[in-house]
Amino acid sequence: MPATLKNQAAIVGIGETEYSKNSGRSELALASEATAAAIKDAGLSPSDIDGMTTFTLDTTDEIELARAVGIGDLTFFSRIPHGGGAAIGVVHQAVMAVATGSAKAVVVYRALNGRSGARYSEGVSGGPTTSDLIHWSWYMPSGLMTPASWVAMYSMRYMHETGCTSEDLAEVCIAQRNHAVKNPRAFFYQKPLTLDDHQSARPIVDPLRLYDCCQETDGGAACVIVSPELAKDLPNPPALIRGVSQGAGRDQESMTSFYRPSISSLPEMDLVAKQCWQISGLTPDDIDAAVIYDAFSSIVLWQLESFGFCKHGEAKDFIKDGGLGLGGRLPCNTHGGQLSEAYVHGVNGINEGVRLIRGTSTSQPAKNDHVLVTAGVGVPTSAMILGKA
Amino acid sequence: MSLSGKEREEFEKQLEAYVGIDIGIEDASRDAVNQAMIRQWCEAMGDACGAYTAPEAAAKSVHGEVVAPPAMLQAWILGGVAMATGEDDPRDKQRELHRLFDARGYTGVVATNTEQEYLRYLKLGDRIRARTQIESISEQKATGLGIGYFINTRTRFVDQNDKEVGWMTFRVLKFEAGDQPAAAAESNSAVPAKPQRLRPALGHDNRWWWDCVEKDELAIQRCSACAVLRHPPRPMCGECQSTEWDYVFSSGEGTIHSYVVIRHPEVPGYTYPLVVAVVDLAEGTRFVGNVVDIEPEEVEIGMAVQASIERVDDEMKLPVFRRAS
Ligand SMILES: [Zn+2]
Repeated sequence: MPATLKNQAAIVGIGETEYSKNSGRSELALASEATAAAIKDAGLSPSDIDGMTTFTLDTTDEIELARAVGIGDLTFFSRIPHGGGAAIGVVHQAVMAVATGSAKAVVVYRALNGRSGARYSEGVSGGPTTSDLIHWSWYMPSGLMTPASWVAMYSMRYMHETGCTSEDLAEVCIAQRNHAVKNPRAFFYQKPLTLDDHQSARPIVDPLRLYDCCQETDGGAACVIVSPELAKDLPNPPALIRGVSQGAGRDQESMTSFYRPSISSLPEMDLVAKQCWQISGLTPDDIDAAVIYDAFSSIVLWQLESFGFCKHGEAKDFIKDGGLGLGGRLPCNTHGGQLSEAYVHGVNGINEGVRLIRGTSTSQPAKNDHVLVTAGVGVPTSAMILGKA
Repeated sequence: MSLSGKEREEFEKQLEAYVGIDIGIEDASRDAVNQAMIRQWCEAMGDACGAYTAPEAAAKSVHGEVVAPPAMLQAWILGGVAMATGEDDPRDKQRELHRLFDARGYTGVVATNTEQEYLRYLKLGDRIRARTQIESISEQKATGLGIGYFINTRTRFVDQNDKEVGWMTFRVLKFEAGDQPAAAAESNSAVPAKPQRLRPALGHDNRWWWDCVEKDELAIQRCSACAVLRHPPRPMCGECQSTEWDYVFSSGEGTIHSYVVIRHPEVPGYTYPLVVAVVDLAEGTRFVGNVVDIEPEEVEIGMAVQASIERVDDEMKLPVFRRAS
């Protein structure tokens, strides 16, 4: 039986802090500010919130956040693992909670001092012996311990099989930078990127160069999810959730699924895409814009293939000549993405998806009936399709 | 680290020069005496006296207005976080004295007692300054913490009109921190340990595999029931759910399925650029390891490689790959 999560909930409020390299305050403070802003944007008050969901990686405890913001009784709270793969998984939780009546208004939040605090680029290392650490132990001794190195391993194989080049990856970076240039929240606001800039930037892990890698950001982002009925009474046009799903694939590891027959595609995202189309009844042709998770430039290409915008290996042709730009086939990451706006584990992308439906993006496409929003790859992941009411 | 008689004599002569001097810097309040700090202090201390926090109650009290708790005297001139993290003021003779002790091995420091004397209640808006004098330095004492010296200081607090508002004496012990300094000094003087690679965490499911590596064997786990090979090791066979397993040894022959050249960040213990590959082993499983003795530019997908188990740092052995001859 296909899941029945079509039009069961809507995103009615979004909020975020400024995005910076040094917030000068706690992650709890960032989460509180983003959450309060999202609740206000929704036209609700903190006491209306009765559900919360976030990432297992988030350091801010739900109840600490609830106390800080003045949220009262909570009837639903949950967390989703696997870093950026959780980005829409948390929305999935909220939608299920609202659809089942477990909560009426759920806050999704994520806040991190990702630059001034613990940095993902520094990689995994010691810690208590958990199954997670046993997993990383297959890679740490050889020095394969940063997200860039794991994604580079898939990227090298993908480029080998498909003929995709570093110049092709630059297309993604430049398209998104063109959007960031117009977005005052973005780290690269008013700072364009040329092909030459991309190609002359220092290599991080071959085949990835500096601008193929996302920001490291201090900041928080949050959104509020309620039922479509409640949404009708609220001030902002709701972003209806047409379909939402999670997926983990066969022989999945977290970031290092190197043991499958093919490592140049994303079985877990294929699974997520199939469910999103099934639940929503939509097809790739219905999608007017997308927020595609972009911890690294190459992963955007694989997701375009997972969602069927093009065939395996053909993403480099799909994106050529501005395919991801405002006038292109699929305006993508109109906020600049995590490459050029900020890295808030994809929750800033959720907010951009909502702005696209509202028609308020700083790079707003003319047609905005349906927007695809995806989560991190190489890990168990998730995605959703937003639509106008 | 104990000083010889002559060294000690010289040291104590140096100390004498500090006795009676002003430490050379003035501590000035960054904020005037204010209600917000008073309230926080009272809440932290659990002091509910109305004269400190409730203007109406204070008006009816003997003070006629809000006053600060006398014990807050020093709080008004403390340097805040910068005290712990900032650089020492080069003019500060007290810090200079402490460094002198540090250099002679008296690195321990502990505050032993303090006394304060209050001449008047501080009112909202008062601005406090303080100067400190090194009053005395004791002769050498044997204490429970170790051999050391007591340093007594006396601090005079004044208001915006240069009128005295209070005094504080403070006593600290600078001491040789027990048996530890000897060992610490030894390790400090030795050549710093060479950074090593990150070691694997070992548990029930993987320790046996690393034990094999120690014996120069590249093992592949095999299901005892259906003979399917699996790597990385897991406690159950995904094909038949058997928990019985043994292992075979890999020939180490393989081809590169994918690889990366890691250039940034450089983690201590590893040599960069660092090549890591996913290798298709001849037995059908894959293994992730370094490719060595090759220029990064020469590595290719499809290249035939051969594994051998080698010591990669002072302690750890790892399977590494070379281009097959
Ligand atoms: Zn089996």
